[in-house]
Amino acid sequence: MTELSILKDLTTQIRRDIVRMVFGVQSGHPGGSLGCTEFLTVLYKDILRHDPENWSMDGVGQDLFFLSNGHISPVWYSVLARHGYFPVQELGTFRKLNSRLQGHPATHDHLPGVRVASGSLGQGLSVAIGAAQSKKLNNDDSLVYVLMGDGEMQEGQVWEAAMYAAAKKVDNIIATVDLNGQQIDGATNDVLPLGDVKSKWEAFGWQVLEMEGNDIENVRATLLKARTLTGLGQPTLILMKTMMGNGVDFMMHSHKWHGIAPNDEQLQKALDQNPVTIGDY
Amino acid sequence: MKKYTYSEKKDTRSGFGAGLLELGRKDTRVVALCADLTGSLKMDAFAKEFPDRFFQTGIAEANMMGIAAGMTIGGKIPFTGTFANFSTGRVYDQIRQSIAYSEKNVKICASHAGLTLGEDGATHQILEDIGMMRMLPGMVVINPCDFNQTKAATIAIAAHDGPVYLRFGRPVVPNFTPTDQVFEIGKAIHLNEGTDVTIIATGHLVWKAIEAGERLAEAGISADIINIHTIKPIDAAAIIRSAKKTGCVVTAEEHNKIGGLGEAVAHVLSSSYPVPQEFVAVQDSFGESGTPEQLMVKYGLDTDHIVGAVEKVMQRKNVHA
Repeated sequence: MTELSILKDLTTQIRRDIVRMVFGVQSGHPGGSLGCTEFLTVLYKDILRHDPENWSMDGVGQDLFFLSNGHISPVWYSVLARHGYFPVQELGTFRKLNSRLQGHPATHDHLPGVRVASGSLGQGLSVAIGAAQSKKLNNDDSLVYVLMGDGEMQEGQVWEAAMYAAAKKVDNIIATVDLNGQQIDGATNDVLPLGDVKSKWEAFGWQVLEMEGNDIENVRATLLKARTLTGLGQPTLILMKTMMGNGVDFMMHSHKWHGIAPNDEQLQKALDQNPVTIGDY
Repeated sequence: MKKYTYSEKKDTRSGFGAGLLELGRKDTRVVALCADLTGSLKMDAFAKEFPDRFFQTGIAEANMMGIAAGMTIGGKIPFTGTFANFSTGRVYDQIRQSIAYSEKNVKICASHAGLTLGEDGATHQILEDIGMMRMLPGMVVINPCDFNQTKAATIAIAAHDGPVYLRFGRPVVPNFTPTDQVFEIGKAIHLNEGTDVTIIATGHLVWKAIEAGERLAEAGISADIINIHTIKPIDAAAIIRSAKKTGCVVTAEEHNKIGGLGEAVAHVLSSSYPVPQEFVAVQDSFGESGTPEQLMVKYGLDTDHIVGAVEKVMQRKNVHA
């Protein structure tokens, strides 16, 4: 397991990447990206059994990760680059013409680490379940992880997938929902309240864990626990509480920073709050 | 003129079922998914023989498409099965993002396409599916004409690396394609040599084109008849070669005139060798309840309408000559 100080430095650097990428092209989604920084950093650093050097689409014998809420691509791209999937310098091409780093993740240009396009919401859980069943057919005991947004649970397909995974005992999947309580039009509770999310997933037949998504140690402990729950005949879901915009004070406590870029002054403020650790791209 | 005969009528969906079973026996990568229509899709034999490779998703087509996309990761070749309506329009975005844009090796197999679904009516008779699927970059679109061709197509698409839409139907139709005919994706089948008019047909309309050709021959008209089973990529060379010979074209399909075979052929012709064309297709409407035969007559998809279209297009050819 990675030392806490190293993980903290890495998350700080990834926050800088996120803000700089979005600033560089004056578009993208910083809020949800910042909120999921600890989760994705810990997942890739300490949890996934993966081999970035030998990445393949099929990923046989490796744990797979799918990002269903594709709009938080800045954090995923940064985490992938910082784990050696592709050169860190490539982060500077985010959302620009001829880049492999599309606004929402795509497989078209064979960006290592990305196995399916995402962005149109509600589809990632189904894809992850398919990949998990493919692993079972291959007698491959590695696991499949997927991250969804909380607003995404308003999509009906999520519940089709939830029903299916439990019915078919897809127990090699660990899904996480980012409960940041925000979506484009405002607070989830104002747009379309999700109700008792934990009871809903349990009623659908999932094992449900709760996690403090911005607490590195809690993320790691919960993900390790989730792994012990696999192979028991039920799929596993982690309800992850996060703060949208976490680590950049003026981006927190609001849905406003879901999909807008900072100006020069705001960029400087955000970077001052997250000083260079490993080095900028 | 070559004479076509058949010993029995069979449904194209059974051709799919037979092809799928054969594939299952020879390739363990082949998996099948179905959204509560196993009997209608004739997938029961596969499901019975390969229960570990058959995935019943229930009435949840969007989820089925996503799961199929995911199963390709790890090397499976998924065949999804449901009605054409639920295979396309209902799940267009799932196909677009998770399958087509993601370049996943999924075979979307769709039964009960077109009017010949019959009595269930317009909610189930999709006439827009070819158009929707054709528009997706990288999607191969196939509409075979009889049992044997559907079986051969089902087997052939497993060897193609990429997404495929395979469309077939419910009713029994003459099974005339030789069992040993090789199915080559994108390669038209020249059914009859002729000099006066080209008839290009797909799916259930192919047999009607053959019947029309016989009627026309009696009237002294020589029809060049082409079976286009692959609408995308379309065999442009075969179309142009025939148009150069005859100077006019009739297309025939069980689909809306917008978006289907007719438009695909028109695109080829207008880009390379413009000649008059008439479209035997549904005239931009929904279907309705009725027997398949009644509907094909009412909506202008029968042999009479092909003959009528030939007469019309030949007159137009003469005007321009």
